[in-house]
Amino acid sequence: MEFNATLLGQALTFAVLVWFTMKFVWPPLTNMMDARAKRIADGLSAAERGKQDLEAAEKRVADELRKARQQATEILHAAEKRAHQIVDEAADAARAESARIVADAKTEIDQEVMRTKETLRLQVAELAVAGAQQILSREIDPAKHADLLASIKAEF
Amino acid sequence: MASNASEYIKHHLTFWNSADGLSSVHIDTFSVSLLLGFLFAIVMAYVARNAKMENPGRLQLFVESLIEMIDSQVKDVFHAKSKLVAPLALTIFCWVFLMNAMDMLPVDLIPTAAQWIGHSFFGMEPEHVYFRVVPSADVNATFAMSLSVLFLIFAFSIKHKGVGGYGKELLTAPFHASGPVGTLILAPINFVFQLIELLAKPISLSLRLFGNMYAGELIFILIALLPWWCQWALGGPWVIFHILIITLQAFVFMMLTVVYLSLAVESH
Repeated sequence: MEFNATLLGQALTFAVLVWFTMKFVWPPLTNMMDARAKRIADGLSAAERGKQDLEAAEKRVADELRKARQQATEILHAAEKRAHQIVDEAADAARAESARIVADAKTEIDQEVMRTKETLRLQVAELAVAGAQQILSREIDPAKHADLLASIKAEF
Repeated sequence: MASNASEYIKHHLTFWNSADGLSSVHIDTFSVSLLLGFLFAIVMAYVARNAKMENPGRLQLFVESLIEMIDSQVKDVFHAKSKLVAPLALTIFCWVFLMNAMDMLPVDLIPTAAQWIGHSFFGMEPEHVYFRVVPSADVNATFAMSLSVLFLIFAFSIKHKGVGGYGKELLTAPFHASGPVGTLILAPINFVFQLIELLAKPISLSLRLFGNMYAGELIFILIALLPWWCQWALGGPWVIFHILIITLQAFVFMMLTVVYLSLAVESH
């Protein structure tokens, strides 16, 4: 062990090295590392936020889709109901129309029958009168018994 | 062989001294450590200047992991705020490691090269050219650092406790008395204890490093005395083991410095 001026030289070198590290090495590197750590943390939180946003958007989309589907079903139901209604109405109208036509035809037939009956009665009466006239032509003076004949006719 | 061997060892353990006496300088210790200091400073300044936040290179990643390790160690031990302690720890670790790492060079490489240069360019006798390449196997280098640390211990104590507070601590710790008379009696005893404690720190710090590196160097020299064909059997394991030792010693020096400074800051 021999101590000499080397010690002072070494101490000086050491002091300069420490000063250099303190001034030019440690602060820039640690500052940079801190800034990077912060940037990474920011990026991670931004990613997390993005994920949450995406989840919310997906949920909203699902909601909208569900609502739209529901609406479509409702519209479909309404349309079906309306179609049924229209068919029913048309059927009703047709039924009513046919009933009316039948009723008209019936009345016409009735009237025809009545008319025919009248004609027939008149013809029968005429025939009866004609028959009676022929039978009674000798005994009955049409001029004298005109009122009698007319009452018989009316009785028919 | 015996005188030859002892001469060989003695030659390897002699410093390149500029002169004799106290004012002389070990040129080998000083120049090698200065060179390594430059290497450290240049690499670190290069990395710090070109540090990229994204896509850091391998060298930057290596330096960053080193800084991360030292920063976490310092934060664990040293709780006061200081701009000095962490850079100091980084400097100590790297510089001591580099100085220790000189032990890994082949034991005859640099001395032989120095002898050749001294002989062919300066006309010196080869046996009078000395070059010890491991600066941390020189007590001057280790004590230079540990005494600087002692100086920092004083500075930190006074800065955080004040001159009065630190003086009071020197006289009233570790033994506490209840009355004024007891305090007066215990004061010199306390002072002696504190003095021993203070002196033990730099001495243990520097002698631990010096002892390890000196012993390591000596064993490399002894291995070099073996026949050439069996040197690898001992030299290989020893150099591998030495990787651990040089790193560990650098780490221990750094950690103890941080611990001593944190003790200086905290009150007893």
